[in-house]
Amino acid sequence: MTTFTLDTSDEIGVARAVGIRDLTFFSRVPHGGGAAVGVVHQAAMAVATGAARTVVCYRALNGRSGQRYSSGISDGPTTSDLIHWSWYMPFGLMTPASWVAMFAQRYMHEFGVTSRDFAQVAVSTRKHAVKNPRAFFHGKPLTFADHQSSRLIVEPLRLYDCCQETDGGCACIVTTADRAGDARHPAAMIRGIAQGAGGDQEVMTSFYRPTISSLPEMDLVARQVYSISGLRPEDVDAAVIYDAFTPIVLWQLESFGFCAAGEARDFVNGGNLELSGRLPSNTHGGQLSEAYVHGMNGVNEGVRLIRGTSCNQPRRNDHVLVTAGVGVPTSAMILGKAA
Amino acid sequence: MTSPRATREELERRLATYVGAAAGPPEVGRDPVDGALVRQWCDALDDRNPAYLDEDAARASTHGGLVAPPAMLQAWVLPGISMSRAAADPENRQRELHALFDAQGYTGVVATNCEQAYDRYLRPGDRVTGHTVIESISGEKATGLGSGYFIDTRTTFRDQHGGQVGWMTFRVLKFKPAAPPAAARERAAPPKPRRLRPALGHDNAWWWDGLRCGELLIQRCKSCGQLRHPPRPMCGACQSTQWDTLASGGRGSVYSFVVMHHPQVPGYEYPLVVVLVDLDEGTRLISNLVGVAPGDVHIGMRVEARIEDVDPELALPLFRRETSAGG
Repeated sequence: MTTFTLDTSDEIGVARAVGIRDLTFFSRVPHGGGAAVGVVHQAAMAVATGAARTVVCYRALNGRSGQRYSSGISDGPTTSDLIHWSWYMPFGLMTPASWVAMFAQRYMHEFGVTSRDFAQVAVSTRKHAVKNPRAFFHGKPLTFADHQSSRLIVEPLRLYDCCQETDGGCACIVTTADRAGDARHPAAMIRGIAQGAGGDQEVMTSFYRPTISSLPEMDLVARQVYSISGLRPEDVDAAVIYDAFTPIVLWQLESFGFCAAGEARDFVNGGNLELSGRLPSNTHGGQLSEAYVHGMNGVNEGVRLIRGTSCNQPRRNDHVLVTAGVGVPTSAMILGKAA
Repeated sequence: MTSPRATREELERRLATYVGAAAGPPEVGRDPVDGALVRQWCDALDDRNPAYLDEDAARASTHGGLVAPPAMLQAWVLPGISMSRAAADPENRQRELHALFDAQGYTGVVATNCEQAYDRYLRPGDRVTGHTVIESISGEKATGLGSGYFIDTRTTFRDQHGGQVGWMTFRVLKFKPAAPPAAARERAAPPKPRRLRPALGHDNAWWWDGLRCGELLIQRCKSCGQLRHPPRPMCGACQSTQWDTLASGGRGSVYSFVVMHHPQVPGYEYPLVVVLVDLDEGTRLISNLVGVAPGDVHIGMRVEARIEDVDPELALPLFRRETSAGG
């Protein structure tokens, strides 16, 4: 079993509830949404080494009705994590939106990106959610004007640049290709998977690097994923790009080489994230419009894309990229079809 | 001098003489039931029932004409401002009873229960009179407010023909006010919300101490001279654990910034400008920019820090627009 360090349901609690007896492997991955593919990575390594035959990766949270992520962090034992947050909390920089907005402001300044470019991401993602009965925004379209007139949360970010807060849970199972062949539904094959943390890495606040307009940790993950899989950006047919906020989608497009640094704006304005585009992305509606389950819902959408069962199924689906949280030590994978 | 117990017995003996007595003379309504007061009542409660307000609708209704809201029952007999002078009324035994309690130290009063029942709707022109009887007085009770006695009264309301139109029971507690518990005192005077505190440990307490001494410090490797912020125990460039500090001149330029609108956390003022400043010494720092309208902040803007007490226990290096050429 693998889950997030942030998860409030512990492994043996889940095992007791589900009726699982002998657990041979359990592991947690830190740093919020950065763990979304990290949990699959842990599972894959456990299966590969024989530590476990079948691993459940899960994430469940009461993001809406339980503890919310925007009330500041200042209590508890004095850990290095708490000392880290102390550089920000007294100054009121205490929400995920604010941390991302600090990078976004600089990115906009350097590359002439505007809020209208972020709107493209929100609008295209919502188109997918509209057709997904599981999505919070199922049947509720979003217009460009809706985005531009939505209230400011943390400038330069507006309401629809931010994902929702969700009560939800997701799980996926990682096992050997042999065992998967006997399963009721077709499996997706992990072609390449990796974790990564960059130099001078902080959790959400890596403000002290020479430049803050790119994601060194995601660049590192991208290099590994391509190297392990032997695939290149042009081999990727569709993607689930972690989208807790709209700007982070642009940065990842650059990290994974779908466009050059500073050019993601042109990529998204060209309709490339839509079903008819170069890289149909977040076909479930993403975290912006399906649900915020810390990226685990994206892992499952990646599997559906390979199976051909997405609510918004693109025509080509040989290889699907799935990424995890941005601004934190993170992870990603490329899924392919079982042999 | 009598013992407290004897005093209580004496008090309770005297209390018994009030039970069953009329609280005072009948309370005669100053005005007949009338539309103007009904409209005020309905406005205050946002009650839009046409039976109270719309003559035509009321006539067409089961009532056959305008009626008064039943819950106004007591309102028709309240004496207005003269209530505050009723203590001087020798016939008002309820006031006398309260004065007896006051003299024994039971100076607090709080209404705890009220029930009403209605025999018929009142209509414009009805004249109402209340007849109140002191129905019972409890033994001494310990309550959260202090120790005291519950007094129950029952008022019967009659119309101009002597017919009963409704009744009301009312219970008050006369008590010796206890010292309010700590939690209640805090509620009474809530502390001004403060900014979140930094957590202090070996690796950062010295930086916050520096601010208290009026210095914005930057950690410096003693071996290779590299500056680093946020601080850490070892130099990532040369792995030395030897370090000292440099006092920053506090001048720099805005590298990036955000303007926070939501959510609004107590202790901070919004919109809140948070800046990422490139200090002239070469390190970067998060802080707030003050004295500049959010719309006027821009990347590259020159700023300077002033260490300010944001509350008695927290000093922060807040940035303002630079006023003179930096060094």
